[in-house]
Order: sequence, then C-alpha cells, then structure tokens
Amino acid sequence: MIADQLNKVVRRVPAWPIYLIGAALPAWLLWLGTTGGLGVDPVKEIERTLGLWALKLIIAGLCISPLRRLAGINLIKYRRAIGVLAFSYVFLHFLTWIVLDMGLLVDQALKDIVKRPYITIGMAAMVLMLPLALTSNNWSVRKLGAQRWNKWHKLTYPAAILAALHYVWLVKVWPVEPFLYLGATLLLLGIRALSKRGQLPA
Amino acid sequence: AAKLSYVKSDYSTDLEPNTFEEITRYNNFYEFGTGKDDPMAHARQLTTDPWSVKIDGLVDRAGDYDLADLLSGVALEERIYRFRCVEAWSMVVPWVGFQLSDLLDRIGVQPSAKYVAFETLVRPEEMPGQQYPILDWPYREGLRLDEAMNPLTILATGLYGEEMPNQNGAPIRLIVPWKYGFKSIKSIVRISLTDTQPQTTWNMQNAREYGFYSNVNPEVDHPRWSQASERRIGGSLFSGREPTLMFNGYGEYVADLYAGQDLTKDY
Repeated sequence: MIADQLNKVVRRVPAWPIYLIGAALPAWLLWLGTTGGLGVDPVKEIERTLGLWALKLIIAGLCISPLRRLAGINLIKYRRAIGVLAFSYVFLHFLTWIVLDMGLLVDQALKDIVKRPYITIGMAAMVLMLPLALTSNNWSVRKLGAQRWNKWHKLTYPAAILAALHYVWLVKVWPVEPFLYLGATLLLLGIRALSKRGQLPA
Repeated sequence: AAKLSYVKSDYSTDLEPNTFEEITRYNNFYEFGTGKDDPMAHARQLTTDPWSVKIDGLVDRAGDYDLADLLSGVALEERIYRFRCVEAWSMVVPWVGFQLSDLLDRIGVQPSAKYVAFETLVRPEEMPGQQYPILDWPYREGLRLDEAMNPLTILATGLYGEEMPNQNGAPIRLIVPWKYGFKSIKSIVRISLTDTQPQTTWNMQNAREYGFYSNVNPEVDHPRWSQASERRIGGSLFSGREPTLMFNGYGEYVADLYAGQDLTKDY
C-alpha cells in the first residue's frame, strides 16, 4: 500500500528540517526586498507572501489528522513544526504590516485594528494562535495533560476560519484565489465535524 | 516609443518623479487582470492605432473622431503630478497631455450640459481581463462639468516624454490629480456630455466604498482602510508612510469647486 510505504519514509525523516526550510523564506524575502528583487512594491510583496504562506501552513496543519483517519497516512510528527512555523509567519506578517507598511504609525495602526473588520479578524486569528504556539512543546503537554492540551489546540479551527476570511475580505473585487483558501479551510473543518458525528470513519 | 514634443507647465510639482520602470510595472488596469503586474504582461497586445473617440451628447460637434484629428494643433504640456491610489499608495508621474477644457471648448459644450462621461475600450480578445465579469464593462467614469473644465484636468497621451505605454492607458487617458487614481480612466473611446450624473464603474461595484466624487481626502476613510496616510512607491523597505494631503495637495486649485458641499456625504 502506498500509505504504508509513505509511513515508512516518514519514520526516517525527522521534523527539524521544516524549521530550517521555514526560516529560509523570510531571510530570502528580506534579501530580495533589500536588493530590488521583489518588484516595484517590495513591502506589499513581503507582507502578502508571508500571509499567504501562513495560511497555506495552517491549511496543511488541518490536513494532517484527516489524512491519517481517511487515508492511513501518518504525518502527525510534523504537525507541531508546521503549526509553529505557521504562527511565526503570521507574526512576521504582522510585523511587516506594522513596521514596514504602517511605518510604525502605531496610533493609526491601533485605530485600524479596532475599526477595520479585516484587520480586526486578522489580529484575532493571531491572538488565538499565540497560546497554541507557546504550548507547542512537550513540557506544556505534560503540564496541561493531553486532554486539556487537545482542547486548547482546537482554537486552531476558529483561527483558520478567521485567517481565511481575513484574506477574502481585503480584496477589492472577487478573485478566485481567496475563496479557494476559504473553501479548503471549510472543507477540512467539515470533514472533522462529519467524522465526529460518526458519518465518516473516525 | 515615439518621442513627443511638449512644453513644461507651472502646474507641475517639484517632487522627484517615480522611475519609468515603477510607473509602467505597477498598474491597476483590470481590463488586463487584477494583479499589479498583469497590465505590463498583457497590454502589449492592445491595438492603439487606429483609434477613434466617439464624442456625443450635449455638444455642438458630435462625431467619431480619429485620435490624430483630436490631437492636431494641440500643444502638449508636461504635467508632473502626484498620483494617489484609493489603495493608499502613491507615485509622482510626469504625464504629457493637454487640458480637457481645450477639447471641450473645441467641440462646443451646450449650456444644458452638467457632466462629462467617459468610457474605456471593450475588446476582450485583446483585453483578457474583460473575458471575466470582474467589473461591469465597459469601465465608466465621470466628472462634473466644472471639474472637467478645471485647468488641472488633462487628457494624457504620454509620460516621460514618450507616447503612453499601453499598460498606462494608451493612447489617451484622463488625469484628475486631486481624485483617487481610478477616476483617471484609461484608453478612452467615448466622451459624452450629459445633464444627469453618469454612472461610474467603482460606484456601481460598491457605492458605499467608492463615491462619485472620490476626491483624495485624508479625513474620509475607505470603509475598510484609513486614507490618512500613504506609502510612496519607490522608497526603501523602511521608508514608512507620509500623511495624505487634502485634495492630494491640489486644494489651492480645486477646493472652491466644493464650497458648500459636505465632503463626508459627497465622498
């Protein structure tokens, strides 16, 4: 079976290279941005790329347990790295916004967070992800107990929906791409809801 | 591109213009796609010669005019203007063009006319964005007659002393420097004088977010973002923002047009 073959490979490939590869993207963006490699508006490009990859990683993280349940592919050992990386990108996306895009006009930025729904929900998604990133270590799992830890980490679901809505909400017309991300997020959460109600294999 | 001959203008700003590359690689021209680099990638296929402009409505000399006829005898000027996009970025562009009032005087505006309406070309086979209903094509814009007659309002046929690049709205486009960029309609094929306020594309798309006037105004926010400041394209990563100026800094020429109007309502 392909799943068995895959699982065999997974057993031999550790998770730590994900952090390494993950750290390369921001470094690469900063390099391109300071050397003119990101086009006419490097600030927007950095902001967008980090946000988009954060969303991709959030969705990748949501794929892991359905893949195990429905296809027997066990990638669970990568989930922590994917989640921590997703939060790191969200945080860098936020920093890019406040430092490079808003030019540290903190007063104006605070007003925008309160007043602009798409920024409000983006911030909310980041705040929801913060405790998840902070407890993504073995010590926290032990301290909280697996059950409570699991419950806490269900915050991923609202965070994912808010992150996808944040993308849909900022565009001026209705291009397809943001809706594909929102659709994927809702689909993955739908699969969870169904399997919980026993309509899909648990 | 062909060089244009022109004279300098007192209406030009002293600010350093953005580079030709910045101005031609970073465009909103949804007829060619919604990405900022789509116009540069796709606009070269646009045929701009022959080009004719239909002038109709409340005018004395209505007709289909060949572009060359519209431009014959016109003295072009360079107008280095600030350009402020509704998305809160800005540039400085050395346009080459002539006052819209020159054209309106030549075609004879009838006394009952109150507005000028403009339309962009519809040619989906050359404008791939028009193969999708992103906006209700053709792109439409409009000005009140006094705004259209203001000396700052120009029809531009070039930038940086050359014929207009396709992605910037060749062969002829409007420039209204105290309004958000989307008012400055590109690749114009029709100019109509009307007595009622014309429909305008972004207002049709979302009236709450885009008003008919769309004057640059730091005190009236877009419902989804602040208009208090802007990012100048072309700075370094750490250039930050600068405050947005009322009427994009052109208040001394245009503030009178809106005397007595509540600009929070007439946004």
